[in-house]
Amino acid sequence: MNPRLAQKIAFAVLLLATLLVVLPVLVILLIIVGKGASAISWDFLFSMPRDGMTAGGIFPAILGTLYLVIGAIIFAVPLGVLAAVYLVEYSSDNWLSRLVKLSIVNLAGVPSVVYGLFGLGIFVTFFGFGASILSGSLTLGIMILPVIITSSREALESVPRHFRTVSLSLGASRWQTIRHSVLPHALPGILTGMILGLGRAAGETAPILFTVAAFYLPRLPQSVFDQTMALPYHLYVISTQVPGIAENVRYGTALVLLSLVLLLNLAAILIRSRFRRKKKW
Amino acid sequence: MKPMRVRKLKEWLIEKTILLSGIFSVVFVLLIFLFLLREGLSLFRGESVIDFIFGKSWYPISDPPRFGILPLILGSLLVTLGAAAISVPIGIAAALYIAEIAPLRLREALKAGIELLAAIPSVVIGFIGMITLGPWIKNLFNIPTGLTALTGSVTLAFMAMPTIVSIAEDAITAVPRQYREAAIAMGATKWQTTWRIVARAARPGMLAAVMLGIGRVIGETMAVMMVTGNAAIIPTSFLQPVRTLTATIAAEMGESVQGGPHYAALFAIGIVLFVITFLINGVADLYLHRSRR
Repeated sequence: MNPRLAQKIAFAVLLLATLLVVLPVLVILLIIVGKGASAISWDFLFSMPRDGMTAGGIFPAILGTLYLVIGAIIFAVPLGVLAAVYLVEYSSDNWLSRLVKLSIVNLAGVPSVVYGLFGLGIFVTFFGFGASILSGSLTLGIMILPVIITSSREALESVPRHFRTVSLSLGASRWQTIRHSVLPHALPGILTGMILGLGRAAGETAPILFTVAAFYLPRLPQSVFDQTMALPYHLYVISTQVPGIAENVRYGTALVLLSLVLLLNLAAILIRSRFRRKKKW
Repeated sequence: MKPMRVRKLKEWLIEKTILLSGIFSVVFVLLIFLFLLREGLSLFRGESVIDFIFGKSWYPISDPPRFGILPLILGSLLVTLGAAAISVPIGIAAALYIAEIAPLRLREALKAGIELLAAIPSVVIGFIGMITLGPWIKNLFNIPTGLTALTGSVTLAFMAMPTIVSIAEDAITAVPRQYREAAIAMGATKWQTTWRIVARAARPGMLAAVMLGIGRVIGETMAVMMVTGNAAIIPTSFLQPVRTLTATIAAEMGESVQGGPHYAALFAIGIVLFVITFLINGVADLYLHRSRR
């Protein structure tokens, strides 16, 4: 075959494949917005569910998800950023750093439902926290640790070597160098990772199934030892477990969850591209 | 001299904290494995490992209960193979397009789009699959239920796509410029260069991308639970309901008695999943390192 023609055909096929990957995002968005927008109202967002979830709003689920992701972030961000500092600034290429890197890869690959089992075994049962916001947050926190470590690592590695050399040559200690000459420049990247972690934690269902999520609990949690409803689990419940829920309520719940997660991710993408453009080196 | 010593002590403390935080990742992997073993191993006091893995019936609440996970393993395998058959060719093709052909601006937009696809919660994808894809497959093949292995495969294919595309794209971008320049200088067309030179050089990275995508599919829980119909029987075709390892844990943990054999069996399934994903990710990581070199 004529190579020019072959190229034309091949490029068209590749473009088609790319569209097949990207278009579903639009289709999913259109379906959910189209069918769910009519359910969204002040009452839907800010009132309690009533009559076995067939009426009222989804406020406890929204608030529960917020509590859970905040808890997960409080736990995972300090630990993740320090772990990244260890890998980039302190470790040499020895067996320990290789072991740490391999562990991070594996943490990222552990199925979410296995995190749920782990949280049930260690936090709910072994430490006796029960099914609670604390157990759920810790479980989600460990799950998003790899996301935070990986993006913090990239952010730290993107700070040029000579920033450190200059600081050290002026007599600063290793930690002072990291604290004042490296971390500030890595901050936008770390922030991006944090937001991506937030989005991931907000959308996950399997890790919270056995560690915190309540089927139907029309009151707000009072302490970190309380159970709570959560948006992703609520969507699962009303779309598979409870018959007779109005269709637009299901789509509306999906819309709220999807907006929350996609807005967080969009924010992360924007911060990152802005940071890349403004970078002076 | 005193403040100096205090500062040294503070530095020492900070450095040890940083080291400790690094080690925590290792600790967590060990803890996950230990706690799965702690809760799951008690099953094997009354049950042999062979009967567990190769047992053909999963009747956890009948009397006496049967804990054979072969139907669940085959369910996971069938759905995963189907998803791979769809997502690997499409994903690799999309990665080639994004890395080699798309103009810069389109490339950034496409990458953002794929990141957004990766971000959609699995329960939302499951919901859409259940409500749109399910009925469509039911009518298309004229079968009693649309919640089948095929529905699961198609749904999961979309969830594997972002992993496959982004990692394969990285591998393609990492192929040295000189390879392309040499090929073009020899008179090859852009497509010949892309297909015969660049794609070949990026092969280890692409393999890693495929493995990580498959790892993601095997571990996926909510979407697969919502769209595959959840029948724990040994599957014979793509058009019947199946149940996967992950969905079994998620669906049955709530009704199991803590400390009982059913509870232990679900943790034992967790051990199986952990080992499978551990192996897949370990091997994929080896390939990624090879492709970087």
